[in-house]
Amino acid sequence: MKAVMTVTAQDRVGIIAGVCSLLAEMGVNILDLSQTVMQGIFTMTLLVDTSTSTHSFDEIRSALIGRSKSENLNIHIQRADIFEAMHRV
Amino acid sequence: MLNISDIMQTVNMIDHQHLDIRTITLGISLNDCAHPDIKKCAAKIYDKICSKAARLVSTGERIEREYGIPIVNKRISVTPIAQIAASCESNDYAVIGRALNDAAENCGVNFIGGYSALVHKGFTESDRKLIASIPQTLAETSLVCSSVNVATTKAGINMDAVALMGKVIKETAKLTADKGGLGCAKLVVFANAVEDNPFMAGAFHGVGEPECVINVGVSGPGVVWRALQDVKGQSFDVVAETVKRTAFRITRMGQVVAHAASKMLGVPFGIVDLSLAPTPAKGDSVARILEEMGLETCGTHGTTAALALLNDAVKKGGVMASGHVGGLSGAFIPVSEDEGMIEAVKCGALGIEKLEAMTCVCSVGLDMIAVPGDTSAETISAIIADEAAIGVINNKTTAVRVIPAPDKNVGDSVEFGGLLGSAPVMRVNGAKSDEFIARGGRIPAPIHSLRN
Repeated sequence: MKAVMTVTAQDRVGIIAGVCSLLAEMGVNILDLSQTVMQGIFTMTLLVDTSTSTHSFDEIRSALIGRSKSENLNIHIQRADIFEAMHRV
Repeated sequence: MLNISDIMQTVNMIDHQHLDIRTITLGISLNDCAHPDIKKCAAKIYDKICSKAARLVSTGERIEREYGIPIVNKRISVTPIAQIAASCESNDYAVIGRALNDAAENCGVNFIGGYSALVHKGFTESDRKLIASIPQTLAETSLVCSSVNVATTKAGINMDAVALMGKVIKETAKLTADKGGLGCAKLVVFANAVEDNPFMAGAFHGVGEPECVINVGVSGPGVVWRALQDVKGQSFDVVAETVKRTAFRITRMGQVVAHAASKMLGVPFGIVDLSLAPTPAKGDSVARILEEMGLETCGTHGTTAALALLNDAVKKGGVMASGHVGGLSGAFIPVSEDEGMIEAVKCGALGIEKLEAMTCVCSVGLDMIAVPGDTSAETISAIIADEAAIGVINNKTTAVRVIPAPDKNVGDSVEFGGLLGSAPVMRVNGAKSDEFIARGGRIPAPIHSLRN
């Protein structure tokens, strides 16, 4: 399943490394990544493929939520079709 | 890759602007549940609902997790019970009401709609029995919603039914007096009721519907409000275009969710109802959208025009976003469920007369309005007659959901809690309509009903 992840947080060292290594540990493949810092707020969006993982979508989601709480990040993961539907005619 | 700002816009809509799917409603036909023994009929109804809707709530929750979109309500609508119970040799239809409630509890849904009768042209014996049992059923159950269609553009207005419903509403308020007349919040009197409405309290599974169907109601007044804040002072052409674009996005989300639910449940997709349904939460109000267009308070002069633009632009934006649009589709103006409407009533800017005018151009009618507890049944019937006339003449759905709040008067408030909100008691016209309602009979269908 293709999913879009968004990560926002107060900018600091190691956010990308932390999130991406968690995805790697879970076998989630990153297809695309874009990142910017807007007024001190780190904002990253990733297009990921969860079908490469042995974990279920729910397990991946729970792991990300767990990490977001422990590292004070705001993480969302949602199926990509919703964004394609909403922003493309 | 998708545009980063598009992605963040969607995330913000969900996180900060109350964008959600208001309801996934599973329509279930109960046509095969009729039985002369009402207890057997009730058991068949219970079994069928529990088997068809067993996975509804878990599927809804799975979609919430995978798509990251809140689905506020999971609901069930069934064939109007007056039709299913017609073959029962019993007068006590409340047995079926309890079975519906038990089934809804078992499935974990928020509401079940369809304790209904369609009497726009006249009553069957079964319709009369069902209507007589509405107050008891709404008092005994917590999840059952009831609706009665008293008029259509094709048939005219059944004034006997209008008279009867005034009494039923009064009785329902009396039997649920300990909860502020809460039973009346679960009872809708319709003109031109639609068969595929996913929203409560008026949802039922129409006679032309398939065995089972998924209908989805989207919401998003907060998103429209936020979008209009970016076009302050600009012309109405820009306002209309902004609402259309926003409605398109909201409806697309509903369409994706509807298809996912349909696929996961193995049930055909019916329609997306693209209604702006407010909640009592701040920033999720239809009234505030109207005010954003330049009105000091919702209810002042200009409100009807603002609502007409909103209602029309929502439909235009939404209709291209979904394969099948249906239900009520437009803007809802329930008073108790809309923080801005409540404020407007409290400050005296919005009264029943203005709300009635607004119902000419919105998607439903006088909704969630508390009136003084001593309002007569005849006055309530007359309010219903006025709304039905607006619906019949304008070829649109109108509805009345009023609560004659027991022992309350103008200036008081009734708390219903949750999505039903808090209703300020509104003034009604004190002059009597008793002789008008006592006439009975039918108001004939308008000339434009003859379109063949």
